[in-house]
Amino acid sequence: MRVCGRAWKLGDDVTTDHIIPGRLKYSVGSLEEMRKYVFHDLIPGFAELVRSGDIIVAGRNFGYGSSREHAARLLKIVGIGAVVASSFARIFYRNAINVGLPVVEADVEADQWDLMEVDLERGIVENKTKASSFKFKPFPREIMEIIVEGGVEEYFRKRGRFPWG
Amino acid sequence: MAMTMVEKILSLKVGKKVSPGEHVVAPVDLVYAHDGTAPLAIEVMERLGIRELRGRTAFTIDHASPPPNVDSASIHLRMRDFASRWGVRLFDVGEGICHQVLPESGMVKPWDLVVGADSHTVTLGALGALAIGVGSTDAAVAMITGSIWLRVPESIALSVNGELRSYVTAKDVILEMIGRLGSDGANYKAVEFLGSTVESMSVDSRMVLANMSVEMGAKAGLVPTDDKTIAWLSERVQGEIRGIRPDDGANYSSLHEFSAPEIKPNVSLPGNVDEVVPVEEVEGEEVQLVFIGSCSGGRFEDFLSAARIMRGRRRSEGTRCIAVPASKEVYGRLVASGLIGTLLEFGCLIGPPTCGPCIGAHMGLAGPGEVVVSTSTRNFPGRMGSPDSRVYLASPLTAAASAATGRLTDPGRFLA
Ligand code: SF4
Repeated sequence: MRVCGRAWKLGDDVTTDHIIPGRLKYSVGSLEEMRKYVFHDLIPGFAELVRSGDIIVAGRNFGYGSSREHAARLLKIVGIGAVVASSFARIFYRNAINVGLPVVEADVEADQWDLMEVDLERGIVENKTKASSFKFKPFPREIMEIIVEGGVEEYFRKRGRFPWG
Repeated sequence: MAMTMVEKILSLKVGKKVSPGEHVVAPVDLVYAHDGTAPLAIEVMERLGIRELRGRTAFTIDHASPPPNVDSASIHLRMRDFASRWGVRLFDVGEGICHQVLPESGMVKPWDLVVGADSHTVTLGALGALAIGVGSTDAAVAMITGSIWLRVPESIALSVNGELRSYVTAKDVILEMIGRLGSDGANYKAVEFLGSTVESMSVDSRMVLANMSVEMGAKAGLVPTDDKTIAWLSERVQGEIRGIRPDDGANYSSLHEFSAPEIKPNVSLPGNVDEVVPVEEVEGEEVQLVFIGSCSGGRFEDFLSAARIMRGRRRSEGTRCIAVPASKEVYGRLVASGLIGTLLEFGCLIGPPTCGPCIGAHMGLAGPGEVVVSTSTRNFPGRMGSPDSRVYLASPLTAAASAATGRLTDPGRFLA
């Protein structure tokens, strides 16, 4: 499975509150309505500028903060194809896999808008603009299957059981 | 082989000896979600087509509670409906915050594996349970199947020894630890709180430690049980309660030692929980809002601490002070002990049991440019209201001292 898109370059400690402010969860109804608030306080205009397949390239501890799965789901809904970060906060990482958002732990150099490609099976992130590439440890088979199916729900619907069932 | 508490609990659950790094599927003793995370869990369960819930389950309505708008009220209706249809135990508006209400109601004991759709589920580790925060899909699957897959985490030992100064609290201790380890210093790992200082702490204080272990990224934060834990639980839990401690020589991936007498009243600087400095270094900034509450700082002991400074004083005129007990039980104790009068006379606005301003959903948000001193858990920009407000996290003593003077104030000025 490959994902190809433009880089959104972010720093360390991007929190779930940066991805979707917690206070909106109680005033905005559905996930669809929330999509325009993704990165609302951090990247002005993100909702208009993001394109399907775009790849977030971040530093340490991406997704730090609350357990709200909205964060991972919304990144997927707005079209983010993968998040590449030097490390992830535990709950976000788990949520991302559960909802079928590829999360890749790798130290990658990229600038905003560089063209990136992530090969999940081979464990390679390529920066096409800079002609550089970076390795990462691919997912174990069980996790890869969840990602390929598009999340735990889809997995269950197609196979009639949970991955670890 | 000698084991940490986490390894002991997971070994018991899966019926064989486990070691860090291994993936296991373990039966859960309790799964819960609140009005922020339950709606998505309900959607997932309905989409998957539930026929039964195998797990022991609970919902709490605590985040936007009582509902500040019609959207929240509708979410609550949906939760009540689902709970009554599927036998989920519901803690409705006014009962309090999940991490406080569930242990108070006797649903948690040592050796339990608890999964909660909230990051501060780790609070329950103070009672010797392995309590792990997850997202809504994980909670939904655990409710349906009664089990969860986990990676057995490595454990870090955090050891505090010696006597704390009279105006230094568990909150200052955990902030000290977070400052040293950083916001991802325990990522993917569990932490265990050891040492004589922890042993001498009350159950309320230990819950403050475990609660904020997630701010270092920890998957769980456990405290060994003792007579105090058992006494606290035996008023609430049915049946036998078996204590838990790590084995001597258990294998910790690292050990961090702290000297209690050297810990000062601490604050997290606005924006980052792990940027911790002693209050004395940043004293003097004007404060518009003080919040004493949340699953970190809204227990009885927190108000008892605050009252040491509030008694016989009044809040500074320009500083609003909001006090929100973490549960109905805490509220009742404030009334029975007369503390509620102290809070009122000091000039506190007293809210009903709820998360309240901690998550900036309602009940006293911060406006643009305002400075807040809060006993809650997080201070990310915009967490408690305007993205341009600035939140210092602190102990209830520092919060009360700052409310009394109207400026960020070291409580040692009142109590040393
Ligand atoms: S009090 Fe704050 S940290 Fe605790 S559960 Fe509620 S919103 Fe979360």
